[in-house]
Amino acid sequence: MKVLLFGIAKDIVGSSQLQFSEVVPKTVLELKQLISKTYPKFGELSSLAVAVNSEYAKDDVPLNRNDEIAIIPPVSGG
Amino acid sequence: MVDKKIIEIVDVIDTSKVFAKLSDSQSGGICVFVGAVREFTKNEKVMSLEFEAYEQMALREMDKIAINAIEKWQLNSLIIQHAVGFKKVEDPVVVVGASSAHRDACFEACRYLIDTLKETVPIWKKEVFENKTVWVSAHP
Repeated sequence: MKVLLFGIAKDIVGSSQLQFSEVVPKTVLELKQLISKTYPKFGELSSLAVAVNSEYAKDDVPLNRNDEIAIIPPVSGG
Repeated sequence: MVDKKIIEIVDVIDTSKVFAKLSDSQSGGICVFVGAVREFTKNEKVMSLEFEAYEQMALREMDKIAINAIEKWQLNSLIIQHAVGFKKVEDPVVVVGASSAHRDACFEACRYLIDTLKETVPIWKKEVFENKTVWVSAHP
């Protein structure tokens, strides 16, 4: 499973993508917990959202291998 | 009936073209907000800003905002443009604009467009100072 990274999320991980092969998160919540455990700096952010197929997704939304999944750190456009 | 709806992520914003894009025979009011790069943040000199977008999602979120505004204020034309890449002081980075029969609607719509864009559209801004860079709003 591939996860896209933007902004500070890209800096924290040091890459524009994360790849999950052994432990694959099944929901948005599991993904948030997994990345926060692996990269504790995510816990320091003002907020952390996940997008599934270009839509903001709540914690209980299931993740499928073919979804386009992205970590959305606090936005700051404008 | 909306004559024109322009939703774009671009490298360079040309503010001189915005009036023509919003002008139409039904509109007595045209309102435009331009966001630009300010030289100082909390007394620290900004060298440049770098904008990054999750482009396909950003366009979708911008479109949702546009549809809401058109419906709420009965707008005739609307534009939302955001720039990406490195921007220097005074460069325009975002333009929102609306046209309507009377001025109240387009004034209120512009406020909504920029405020909502800042809350929901997945675009990120990095401030580049002399000695450091900071992702804006990332930390509490």
